[in-house]
Formats: sequence, C-alpha cells, structure tokens
Amino acid sequence: MAAPKKAAASTAQDKTDGGSPPEFTREQELKALRDMLLIRRFEEKAGQLYGMGAIGGFCHLYIGQEAVVVGMQMALKQGDQVITGYRDHGHMLATGMDANGVMAELTGRRGGYSKGKGGSMHMFSKEKHFYGGHGIVGAQVSLGTGLAFANHYRSNDNVSVTYFGDGAANQGQVYESFNMAELWKLPVIYVIENNRYAMGTSVSRASAQQDFSKRGASFNIPGLQVDGMDVRAVKAAGDEAAAWCRAGKGPMILEMQTYRYRGHSMSDPAKYRTREEVEKVRHDQDPIEQVRNRLLAAKVSEADLKAIDAEVRDIVNASADFAQHDPEPDAAELWTDVYR
Amino acid sequence: MPIQVLMPALSPTMEKGNLAKWLKKEGETIKSGDVIAEIETDKATMEVEATDEGTLGKILIPEGTADVAVNTPIATILADGESASDLAKAPAPPAAAKAEAPAPKASESKASESKAAPAPQAVAEPDPEVPAGTEMITQTIREALRDAMAEEMRRDADVFVMGEEVAEYQGAYKVTQGLLQEFGAKRVIDTPITEHGFAGVGVGAAMTGLKPIVEFMTFNFAMQAIDHIINSAAKTLYMSGGQMGCSIVFRGPNGAAARVAAQHSQDYSAWYSSVPGLKVVAPFSAADYKGLLKAAIRDPNPVIFLENEVLYGHTGEVPKLDDFVIPIGKARIVRAGSHVTLISWSNGMTYALKAADELAKDGIEAEVIDLRTLRPMDTETIINSVKKTGRAVTVEEGWAQSGVGAEIAARIMENAFDYLDAPVTRVSGKDVPMPYAANLEKLALPSVAEVVEAAKAVCYR
Repeated sequence: MAAPKKAAASTAQDKTDGGSPPEFTREQELKALRDMLLIRRFEEKAGQLYGMGAIGGFCHLYIGQEAVVVGMQMALKQGDQVITGYRDHGHMLATGMDANGVMAELTGRRGGYSKGKGGSMHMFSKEKHFYGGHGIVGAQVSLGTGLAFANHYRSNDNVSVTYFGDGAANQGQVYESFNMAELWKLPVIYVIENNRYAMGTSVSRASAQQDFSKRGASFNIPGLQVDGMDVRAVKAAGDEAAAWCRAGKGPMILEMQTYRYRGHSMSDPAKYRTREEVEKVRHDQDPIEQVRNRLLAAKVSEADLKAIDAEVRDIVNASADFAQHDPEPDAAELWTDVYR
Repeated sequence: MPIQVLMPALSPTMEKGNLAKWLKKEGETIKSGDVIAEIETDKATMEVEATDEGTLGKILIPEGTADVAVNTPIATILADGESASDLAKAPAPPAAAKAEAPAPKASESKASESKAAPAPQAVAEPDPEVPAGTEMITQTIREALRDAMAEEMRRDADVFVMGEEVAEYQGAYKVTQGLLQEFGAKRVIDTPITEHGFAGVGVGAAMTGLKPIVEFMTFNFAMQAIDHIINSAAKTLYMSGGQMGCSIVFRGPNGAAARVAAQHSQDYSAWYSSVPGLKVVAPFSAADYKGLLKAAIRDPNPVIFLENEVLYGHTGEVPKLDDFVIPIGKARIVRAGSHVTLISWSNGMTYALKAADELAKDGIEAEVIDLRTLRPMDTETIINSVKKTGRAVTVEEGWAQSGVGAEIAARIMENAFDYLDAPVTRVSGKDVPMPYAANLEKLALPSVAEVVEAAKAVCYR
C-alpha cells in the first residue's frame, strides 16, 4: 500500500509542479480530438433540440468535461465496464454507443437505446459494457462496485469504471462501497468528476474535505488528483489506476478536476457563478482546444482538422435527423419489459 | 429457600430447547457466572450461566432431554446452610407453566398462537405440485430454506449468497447454516453492516448476469436499501428497453417477530407488492418455503422473498424430490369450504387456519387460501373461491391502510361484485407502531378470535 500511495502523491505533485503528462502520439491526439468533438457537438445539438421541445424532462449536458471520459476510455480494454450518473451522454458516446440510438432515446423514440422508455438519464448497452445511466445520485457507486464484484467473482481481469460527481461524493453509500471495495480488493476505478458545482452548490459550500482524491483515505484507497481538462493526464491516470486494479490491488480513486460550461440541467439559471468564471475556463483550459493547438503546433493541417469537424457534424446531424423522424414507441411497449 | 434455575429463552422466538449437557454435578459449589449447562436449539448451542451462588442441589432435567419448554425448572440451587432436605421447599413452577406443556412465557406473547408446533397443517386439499405417493420428510422452515439455497448453488455456479453474518456465524437466524462449509467464502459472503451498499453491490453484480441471494437480517433493515431494490433492481429492465435486467433474490424475515417492538416488527408485504418489476413471495408452509425459494432463485426478475422469524423453527412435511420447485404466482387452497373464504399468506395463515377450525365447530366451513405469492397475485383462485362462498375475509399482520387486504378486497369487488353476499372484511394489524409490552403486542396483531368474529359477521351469524 505504501508504494502506490507515494506514486499517487508524486503524480499529484507533478501536476502542481506544472509537469506535463506523457505526450500522445499523433494518432492518439487525433482520436482524442475526434471523440471529444463528437461529444461536444452532440451535446450542443441536444441542447438545441431541447430548446425546440423535441427532448423532454431533464437533460444534463457534458460540455466542458469531455476529456474525462475520452481519456479514461483510452486507458480501458474490451470488457471493462462503465457506469455513471445522470450526466451520461458523453460516457455513452465514449464507449462507442451509436449516436442515433442515444439521440433517439433523448427524443423518446422507438430507435432509442431503451426504446424510448428510459430517456436521457437511463440508457444501457450490454454490447458496449455500459451499465447506465442512473438518476439517483450516488446509486451508481454501489452498482459499479457490484460490477467489480462480478469481475472478481468470475476471476476475469476486467475493471469497473465508476463515475460520479463532487455532489454524489457526499452520499453515504459511496463510503459503504469504498469499504467493501477495499475490503474485498475489487477492481473498480472511482472517477470523481469534480466540476466544482453540485447543481448550484459549490464544492466549498458542500464538502468538508475538498480534496476528493483523499476521500478514500480512511479505507486505505489510494487517490490521485488529475487535471481533468488535459486528456493526456486523464489517460495517464487511467492507465495507472487500471494497472493497479488488474494487479489485484483493489480500488483506486481518480479525482478529475474539470468544469461544466453549461448549467446543471437545461433549466439552470446559473446564478451561482459568474459568466467571467465560465469564460476564463473556456479560454484557458478548454480540453478540445488544448489538443487542437498541439496538433496545429505539430503541423497537422487545418484541412485535416476540418475533415474531423465535418465527420463529427455529419454524425451528429444524422442523429438529430433520425431522432426527430423515428416513430414514437408503439403503444403496446407500455406493457413490455416489466418482467422477463 | 432453594432457588430454581429455569430453562432460559435464548431468543425472542424460542419456545423450547434441548438440555445438551450439565457442566456441574449435584453437590458442586456454584458461583454466580459459572457455566452450569449447555442448551441447544435448532439455531445454536448456548451456555447457561448461574446467576445465584450456592450448591447445585438437584438436577431436575437430565442432560440429553429434548424439547424442554422455556421457563421449566431445570435445577435447584441451595443457598448457604440449606441442604437437600430443603429441596421440597422450592417454589412451585410459575402458574402458567402448569397449564400446558409448552412455554409459560410464550402463552403471554403473541407468538403463542403460532407456536404450538407443529404449525397448523390443516391440509384438506392435496398440493398439486407434489405427485401422489411422494415420500415426505419433516423439516423446519429454516432447514427447508437452507436446502433450497444449497440445491440451487450446486446447480448454478452463478448463484451466491451475501449478507450480514451469513457465512462464519452461520446466519443470524441460522438459515444459511453449513453453506460456507460447502461452498466456501467466495460464494457465501459476509458483508459489513451496510445494507444500502451491499444491496447495490448485489444489484450491480446481477446486472452482469450473476444471481445473488441477498439476505437482510430483517426486512426492517432493508428500508435503508429500498432505493436499490426499487430504483435499481425493479426498474432497470424497463428503463433499458428490456436489454438489462436483474435476477436477484432479496430475502430475510419480515413482519413481527416477538417482543422486538416497532422498528423491528414491520410488515413490508404491501410496500413491495405495489411495485411493478418486483415479484413478491411470502410463504407459510415448509414445503412452500423450499419450492418457492428455488423458483425465486431461478427467476430472471428481482424477487422479494418475505420470510417470518416466528415460523423459522416450525416443522412441516417437505416432499423428498430431487428438484421440488413451486411456480411463483399460484395461490393454494389449503382447506376447502363453502361458506366463507379466508385469504391470507405467511404467518397470517396461522390465524386463518385456527379460525377455520373454530368456525367448523359452529358449522361454518371456511375455505382457506394461502396466497403464497403477493405479486403477481393469483386473482383467479381468489375469485373462483368467492364465487363459490360469496363471502371473504382477508387476514394480514400488516396495517390495513393501503394493505394487501385492501388490494384483495378491491379485486373481489372488481371481479366478483355480483357474487358477494356480504362486504369483504379485513382483519389486520392495528393502526399503530408495534408496542413492546406483551399484552399490547398481542392486541396489535390479528387474533384467531378476530378472524372468527369477522367470518361470522360476513356469514350473518
């Protein structure tokens, strides 16, 4: 336990010292750019459709946080499971779920991942090992620990990546889960997406311990604070945590320091923070711009980057088109899938 | 005056036990705190400590005696200066003990009615699930449950059991006795005291296709976990458009035990049976406990399996079959009759069956239906019976408001209104938190007398 804790400390140290994470190859940079752009454009489109009334209920956008899921996904292998809370569209796209199916679920259509019965907060894909999509804050932490339990039970080397926010981190079941995960050495990476606000409550107003990487300290779970706006730092931390889990050493916590540009949900007046604060993060730390600038500096042509933009826009536009024209679920679907 | 040592009650529901061993001999000096004997129940072996000082005067119950009722004098202790000749002066056993062989204390408690083991088994109707001529074995409900789990764990490596004290302690109520020894710590998992968390862990594991049996020490504690039972387990299949479901059993004792007061005595039948996506099973007989638990473990849906602590020690006939599975969702007519239908489940059946015996003495033939499953509810069996009798009384230990009895009454009204000769009547737990005092507890629960009275009322007798 001592060694990894030191590693944890030194990584955090590296970050505060301004040390850079390992460089990406060009292919990795391009993939990260493409995947983050897909999430951003998708979410922008979802916001638009919500404004048009095509999407109902709650809709929580992931814009600003893209580097977290994309970087983590680059550290995973086939079979690893992903589970998260209600701000989940980015996670779905990152795991490779089809944009049409996600967008059609948002519009409540039969081609949606849940046949229109789940909506924004409740989507799943067995094929992509995405276990939801959960609307009860913190519930996914126990469930994600259960996914890790299953890996342990089956003696495979899969890892459960369990995402939750700085708000959910104050729920009791998170600590019940931490205890069991460490006690039983379950392969789970707890990714705490600290976007600084639990709905309208800033971390400083809700959390006695604001360093979320230390939230596992009393269970001896090592934790890292990670620059969640730098996709390379995210992947490096993900690699370290995945290796830790696969080595049978139990869980690890990654606090991703990130930021959401949009409101908590579509109906958030955002009075709890200033426009300047948002603009500053966007200008100084935007995860997509960071990659784009590095690529340009590495002499990737504007044209190549534009081609990626175009590909992503096509996917997103097609998904919006599909989601608005796909029929609503058949009335008979009301009664299906209650039992099997 | 010599002091009597009485057979102790080792748990709220214990009525009798075996005197396994005397550790002191007659004539030996005894200090307060000395272990003088070992008592055995079907759950555990416990030591009896002396609370008085003196000399062990006479052993009244020899070691190896089985089924010694609680509060029976088992020995006398002579104080300083007393001799064997003083033994005759020992006070008579408490008055109630004289009345009947079983437990004086129990006659005070609500458990008394359910306790005259063996449990009422007024089976007029043969069980359709059991082929004629099947050999039967006598088992406690606790053993039937254990066997059901063991058989299913042998059959399917994805089945495992988790909960507080299920492994090394052998089960808080000894329902998981021996499972750790047979299946090992990987499949019989002691959890920390963390209901919300381990229910979620179980559901998460089930989402991947494993088949957990999650034991709650009591369903009272499952209230901390109810979010996962309902929001995570019951709704996921629907919310995922049928993609991802959850085959999981949540089981444990539900409802009133004996003298454990309000927070440990709640009946959750109505709570869980109102939730689509869950199946809810609440058996009464040992055979049903076994056959239905096996069905619950195999069911691809989340199943709430409500047991009853008072019944754990009751014995019944269980078919000796390699694979005895009772389908979920089927009620059973355990006593045929033509004048009134009594509908109950779980421990409520105790009152219903005894009431049927009483009613028969007055010429009223009650048909008694054991619902066994609360969701999906076997409305057909209820309706067919009511069409025959024209009268119905529901019996439940839970509260009346929004209770299962209320649901049954509504279904009868919707489906057999024209057949009714009297309003459907409910006998239920009283509309109060469960009191501790023995007399109040008894008043708070249904009684045989109330069932008899209700049945007579609907028969206009």
